[in-house]
Amino acid sequence: MSETLVEHDVLERVLGEALGRGGEFAEVFAEDRTTASAMLDQRRIEELSSGRDRGAGIRVVVGETTGFAHTADLSERGLLAAAQAAAAVAREGGGGVREIALDALRDYPTHATILPGDVDKARKIDLLRHADDVARSEGSSITQVQVALGDSTRRFVVANSEGVFASDHQVRTRFNISCVASGDAGMQTGYRPIAGTRGFEILTVQAVEEAARGAAKQAITKLDARPAPSGDLPVVLAGGSGGILFHEACGHGLEADAVLKNASVYAGKVGQQVASSLVTLVDDGTVTGEWGYLAIDDEGRPGARNVLIENGVLTDYMWDYLRARKEGRGSSGNGRRQSYQHLPMVRMTNTYLLAGESDADEIVAQTPRGVYVAQLGGGSVNTATGDFVFGMTSAFLIEDGKITAPLRDCNLIGNGPEILQRVDAVAKDFSMMPGTCGKDGQSVPVGTGQATMRLSSVTIGGTAA
Amino acid sequence: MSDLMARAERILESAKGAEEIEVFLSSGVDTEVQAYQGEIESLSSATSSGVGIRVLRDGAAGAQVGTAWAGSLDEAAIADALHEARDNARFATEDEFMAFARPDGVEGASLQLTDESVLTTPIDQKIAMAIELERMVRSGDPRIRQVDSANYSDYVAEAAILSTTGIRASYARSGAFVSVEAIATDGQSDQTGWGLSAGKAPSDLDLHEAATDAISRALRMLGAVKPASMKCAAVFDPRSAATLLSVIGGALSGEAVAYGRSFFADRIGEDVASSLFTLIDDPTDPRHFAASVFDGEGLACRRNVLIEKGQLKAFVYDTVSARRAGTSSTGSAVRGGIAGSPTAGCRALQLEPGDFDQAEIFRRVGNGIFVESLTGVHSGVNPISGDFSVGVTGRMIRDGQLGEPVREITVASTLQRMLLDVLFVGCDVEWLPGSAAGQSIAIEAIAVSGS
Repeated sequence: MSETLVEHDVLERVLGEALGRGGEFAEVFAEDRTTASAMLDQRRIEELSSGRDRGAGIRVVVGETTGFAHTADLSERGLLAAAQAAAAVAREGGGGVREIALDALRDYPTHATILPGDVDKARKIDLLRHADDVARSEGSSITQVQVALGDSTRRFVVANSEGVFASDHQVRTRFNISCVASGDAGMQTGYRPIAGTRGFEILTVQAVEEAARGAAKQAITKLDARPAPSGDLPVVLAGGSGGILFHEACGHGLEADAVLKNASVYAGKVGQQVASSLVTLVDDGTVTGEWGYLAIDDEGRPGARNVLIENGVLTDYMWDYLRARKEGRGSSGNGRRQSYQHLPMVRMTNTYLLAGESDADEIVAQTPRGVYVAQLGGGSVNTATGDFVFGMTSAFLIEDGKITAPLRDCNLIGNGPEILQRVDAVAKDFSMMPGTCGKDGQSVPVGTGQATMRLSSVTIGGTAA
Repeated sequence: MSDLMARAERILESAKGAEEIEVFLSSGVDTEVQAYQGEIESLSSATSSGVGIRVLRDGAAGAQVGTAWAGSLDEAAIADALHEARDNARFATEDEFMAFARPDGVEGASLQLTDESVLTTPIDQKIAMAIELERMVRSGDPRIRQVDSANYSDYVAEAAILSTTGIRASYARSGAFVSVEAIATDGQSDQTGWGLSAGKAPSDLDLHEAATDAISRALRMLGAVKPASMKCAAVFDPRSAATLLSVIGGALSGEAVAYGRSFFADRIGEDVASSLFTLIDDPTDPRHFAASVFDGEGLACRRNVLIEKGQLKAFVYDTVSARRAGTSSTGSAVRGGIAGSPTAGCRALQLEPGDFDQAEIFRRVGNGIFVESLTGVHSGVNPISGDFSVGVTGRMIRDGQLGEPVREITVASTLQRMLLDVLFVGCDVEWLPGSAAGQSIAIEAIAVSGS
């Protein structure tokens, strides 16, 4: 890090102060985030926006209790005041200021090659306009195009009373295009994102044109969509489209905070067969450039590749510092937070199902009747019951082994543990999708991925008999 | 407050030439307590503040606007934000409808939105409330096997919106909340229930109500089954109905309409809903949790009748969307904090109460499904096409009485159809946090997908 957010000796003094009332663990997380966005709508560049947020969050752990305070004042005085506020949960009084010795700084560089600050605003706008033109050239039924481009540069330093001292420089770039097509039967929508923990280099003309055409075609295709079926049917999820299913159906239930509170259907099931033997599920913060990539998590632990389910058998959960500490084990590098104003908790990074042996086309051909999902929208889960829903934003009927009529948007609904048992084919054509995961009011970027696969039966929430 | 106003005035003074500046400043104090197993799991408290700046410049074909924000009120951060907003404005397309709000003579409602006792209540008392709430739920019934989290939170915030176009608005508000999630078991499977109480201050909170709601919602779902797919009437409970109204409110935004992104576009004067359906957005009603004096551009909030006896009457507008539509702002600008720009939106929806209570609605419906929670609203409802498909838990209605609990089903229709298919609107209004109050709503012949 070229300029340190907070100096080494200041951090040591602040951590010492934080433990002054008897805390067992203290941590300072200082962050400086710059964001920029540009939006095109109705053929107009509507708005460019820039933002800057700097500050530090300090937590102190005493027994099972965490005290937390944050401040936008990164001076030693500001940090000491926040340390005292966070330490207020330790009521025993303690033994005065403790001596803390930090390790040498571990500094992680960004993998971005074209940094946000080096891209002219005019160049961003040209890209938005080009995407708009490409989308509209797909057909006269395209009546609305919205294109957004955003980037963020997040530098943070994290130091704790166990000596951890690390800093990261995370650069993320995101592009979205949404199209509306209008026809006799109303309006339909199409959407494509491009996102990575990378710089502007991911937004090649080719990638942007592909996204623009994809979003436009999706909306146009849906103009002829018929109501989705209502009831149980086999579902084939196209490669990359269905990773969200595993994120919702079991990912959240494998987060140790839910597990340790016995608020997950997967609690106490390590070593048990919880899924079809075709399912090997991995959470992997090390996939360079993916949307959920991190060199270190927001507690200073290196990102890691963690196998959660192997050939259907539950192997481990995901852990942050606090939950790992309770179990006397190490963190798995899954401690993340939205910003310095938030406490870290267990979060996914890039969660994906390993590819299988089947051929994607064969899977469709061997499905007499069902639904083919080309794109899923968001979803949500109740970790305690395992019940989840997720939205189909591009789907088709499968009739006699062929992909046929497009379907209108609707939700799928199911139960995580049951759906995992129903994976009956997995293909080789793996790909990933970016997403934003919300939990307890905090949003973080995540990746999800899978190859084309089939679920033997899922409830489709449409209206057609 | 005078401090925020003074800072904002200083920023306005730096306007150059013909440019206009709008400043949104906010500052607040938050406290949050989570209780678990009789102890504090986490306690956080913080002061935060920030500034959002928009700069507008006039060009030959209209105005350009640029925005920037900073999560701090220090001079350097404000100066940087102003510089960035100014630079960003150069890149916007000149737009004849772009403008900042100007005072329109409408007086703000007289509302008491803050209760200073949020600040004077000792932290120990707030901690005790979270711990007591958890205890009440844990000891409420032997089938409650876990309390995932019991939370207390509060805030006091103040904000000021000033502009070189004459806007001078400032307000303060406070809020206090408790929420709890209970997990119940019957030995076979688990069910969850969520309870909440909200007010302006700790003394407004009803722990008993939140605990009882969480417990009973979890317990009554035990043994829930997945019914066969069917078409039947659906009665939405007040919480679910409020969610439904919020979604409909999104499609009544003048901006969505102006941009052709609403199924209500071009339908003013048409019968878009059952004659039982009269929908009003009224932030001046003090009973509403979202009651507000000023909108997101600093204009006075006002009462807007949107749908009257089924007929589409009006949309809500902010300054820019109103100019596009050739009308004036309805005082309905909403903005998502310092980083958000104003847009037109509903803030405090309420449906005119009907004649019947919930039990009477069950009797009149006879058979159907009672919807007690919705999931997947963000993924399964498309406010542009109107497609509606959401996950549901609830109970069957059989012969006018509540029957067995059901889960893992969806109800689906289109928003257009559902509005026309409203059978009954309840008189059981619940004032809930969020942008809509709720009451029981019965809708006929909706598709339920089960096994």
